[in-house]
Order: sequence, then C-alpha cells, then structure tokens
Amino acid sequence: MARDVAIIGVGLSKWGELWEQSLRDIYVEAALAAIKDAGVDKIDSMYVGNMSAGLFTGQEHLASLMADYLGVASIPSARVESACASGGLAVKMGYMEVALGMSDVVLVGGVEKMTDVGTDEATFALATAADQDYEVYQGITFPGLYAMMARAHMEKYGTTREQLAHVAVKNHEHGSMNPVAQYPQKITVENVINSVMIADPLRILDCSPITDGAAAIILCPVELAKKISKKPPVKIIGLGHATDSIALHSRKDLTSLPATAKAAKAAYKMAKVNIDKIDLVEVHDCFTIAEIIVIEELGIVKKGKGGSAAESGMTRLGGKIPVNTSGGLKSKGHPVGATGVAQVVEIVKQLRGEAGPRQVKNARIGMTQNMGGSGGSTVVHIMEVA
Amino acid sequence: MSVSKYWREIPHRYRLEAGKCEKCGNIYFPKRLVCGECGNSKFKSIHLDRQGKLISYTVIHVAPSKFYSQAPYAVGVVELKDGVRLLAQIADCDLKKIKTGMPLRVEFRRVSEEGDAGIINYGYKCVPV
Repeated sequence: MARDVAIIGVGLSKWGELWEQSLRDIYVEAALAAIKDAGVDKIDSMYVGNMSAGLFTGQEHLASLMADYLGVASIPSARVESACASGGLAVKMGYMEVALGMSDVVLVGGVEKMTDVGTDEATFALATAADQDYEVYQGITFPGLYAMMARAHMEKYGTTREQLAHVAVKNHEHGSMNPVAQYPQKITVENVINSVMIADPLRILDCSPITDGAAAIILCPVELAKKISKKPPVKIIGLGHATDSIALHSRKDLTSLPATAKAAKAAYKMAKVNIDKIDLVEVHDCFTIAEIIVIEELGIVKKGKGGSAAESGMTRLGGKIPVNTSGGLKSKGHPVGATGVAQVVEIVKQLRGEAGPRQVKNARIGMTQNMGGSGGSTVVHIMEVA
Repeated sequence: MSVSKYWREIPHRYRLEAGKCEKCGNIYFPKRLVCGECGNSKFKSIHLDRQGKLISYTVIHVAPSKFYSQAPYAVGVVELKDGVRLLAQIADCDLKKIKTGMPLRVEFRRVSEEGDAGIINYGYKCVPV
C-alpha cells in the first residue's frame, strides 16, 4: 500500500549569471536551504534533476558528486533526465521513493549551470532536447520550433502578436515581486513587440533566459511530516507524466501539446479534483506561446482561447486562476534541470502563505506543469496543504 | 560529425527512403523497427513523394553557429502528398512571400558545413513549386 507523501522543506539557490559559483556550489546551496527549512537532521536518499551538465560544464556523475559535496556520500542518489522536464521528473522519482517505503526522508534537487559555456555552446546543449538527426540538422532552434507552434496557433485561432506579448508582460510583473527572479524588470507590450527578432514571430522578450540556478525540496511520508514538520506540510495529491514524439513535425497538430493534456488528466484523476478546484498554477512558459497552449491543455481555458487569458487578467495575480506567480521561466529564469523543482517550491510557498507580495489569497490547492523540449515529455503535480 | 553518423542517414537524407508498415500502411520517415500504430515490425522500403505543402514556418534570425552565414533563413514543417511530415529549410524564395499552405517540392541540397576543414552536410530542402 502506497504511503501518502508530503513536502516539508523547500530551498532555492541564487538565480542568474552566477560566475562566482560552480555547478556543485549552487546545488548544495539550494539543498542546504531545503534541509534547513524542513528542520531535518538526515536524508535517506536523493534525486538530482539535471538536463545536461555534461555539455554545459563537462561534468557527469552528478548523483554521487552532489551527495559527496552535500556531506551525505553513501546514501543512494540518482540523476534524472528528461530535458527541461528533468526537475519535475526528479520530483516524481522522489515521490515514488517515499510512497513505496524505500526511504523516509528524500531530498529532490534540480540544477543547471548554463553560463560556463558561451551562447553558441549553450544553444547546442539545449538543442539536444530536439531530434538531432531530423530537426537540428536542418538548422532549427528551440525558439524556431515554438515559433512554428505560435504561427500555427495564430493562423488557426486568431491569436495575436500582442496576446503573446501579454504573457511576458504578466510574468515579468509577477517576477518583479519575487526576490530570486533573474529579470525582475517590468516590461510593456511595446517592449516585447519591438525587441530583437529571434525566430519569427518570436522575439527575445518572448523567450526565457539562460540561467544558473538550483532548487530543492524535502519529501517524507505525511504521517512523519505531521510529527516533525514545523511548517504546514504540503501533500502531493496528484501526479501525471506522459511522453510524445520529440520531433515537432511528427505531431498531427502543431497547436496542441498532447503529453501535457494526458499528464494533467492523470493528475486530476489521482487527486480527484478538476481545474475549478485549483487556486494557482506554475506552467512551463519557456516561450510565451507555450503558456498559451499549456493553459488550454490543462483545461484552464477552452482550446484556442489561451491567447486572451493574460491580456484579460484571468491568469494574473488577483485573477480567476493566477498562472506563474513566481514570474515563470520568463522572468524568474530557466536553469533547465532546476525548473520543475522550482515550480514546486513556488507552490509550496504559496500554500504555506509565505509568498509575500505575490501571495495568492487563501491558496489551498496548486499545480505545476513541467515540459521537456517542444512537448516530448510533461510532468504534472497537484499539491494541497496536508 | 563522425563519418558513420553521417553515412548511415544517407538513404533518408539523400533519397527520402522511408518505411511503410506492411500491415496498416503507416509510413515512417526515418525508418523504424516497430510500427507505433499497429505494433507490426515488417516494413516495405519506399521513396517519399517529393511534392507537399507548408504546414507552418519560421524565419530564423538568430542561428546556430553552423548556420550563421545563412541567416535569416526559413524553416518549415512540410506535409508531403503521402501524408508524411518533415522539417526542412525553405530555399530559393523571398522570405516575405512564404505562406502557410503553399505548395513545395523537396530537393537535394547542401545543408551546412562543419567549419573550414570539416565535411559538407547534404540533405533536403524545400523550394516553392
């Protein structure tokens, strides 16, 4: 019989271009913050979400390296990879470890150190999440893949250039209230639509940045959490995980993300909730169009209606269902392997009432959606105050 | 790119060879070992129809290093007459005149170069009909 699983500690490193800190430094910084927040004196096992430390820093074998530098070498530790969904998948692995009774106290961390290489090498590393032989070979980039999704959405549903910009404007507005955000500057629609063109129709302010950063959470059984946790434990009540072709052109409809729809459906079923019961969501806004399609797939809006959500204020703080109160990948930053864990950190802070000026009032249930590549993998978690 | 990594994709990239499932008729490009539709593992080798239409596209302004000298260039998802989709550059046309739905033909072209001393990567690009 599976055990119920709670999150009792969360922590983040600094986020940004952290030239003075190494891959291991930032991981340990986040892990120690989570351990301190949880108030635990030991961890039994660890999962490390990371997309591509090998290409970004030349370092592999992270599971053991991080255990060593955290001073817990000898515990079982595993590195988990699913491109930009590596962090979310690591949370799932940690959940399973606790639910199955393999460990009581599990640390799940996510980390990416992206600025030890130049932009060309970072672009190459990120592009390994796409089909190397049949997409990247032709000269496509990640902004380019999402740009084709954006154009298809605009032509099929009438989504406008300005509506894409509103997603970035909203997320920067949220990020301005998050002390960890890499780009906390508020921006305007004019800023976005006049920014440098990357892959038509997407411009630089439609894109999430390159970020160094780490995030960590501590998981344990709910029963144990009730005994040892000083803060309100947050229970993971729903989990969904799905895959799809990593090549965008292999999908029938460029305006949909079937893995996200499938993962969300599984998470809703497990949690026995529907979208109406959910107070806030952190989604994978690697590009503005991604947030628009994802909120459609999660059922927040009907198919094709995602374009107006940010503009109308529906997904803004104070709106019907706030999306990306942390600032999202767009403003907070996107250290790819850390993102899925950091999304969970934001939801836990919100559900505990610790989110400061960006606090969602009376938040009880929150959800995260973390996505790999152009939608080839998705992990969804639903959390509730235990 | 190593010679073997380049060489083994030649049938796909040069000749558009694909695998057609002998049971359900689904076509895979590149070839696969098992059909995702019906589970069958017997395929007939075919050549894809070179005529198609544009499903969506982008114009790349910030290019990967191998493609710097080509930017800006268009890349699109193209659906061929036999229903197979592939991703390719759209060449030989005014970037401003590209339109979703436009008819295209797949041609054999130089795709990129690996620096001054590296190999030249050939494959397919699409051109307006």
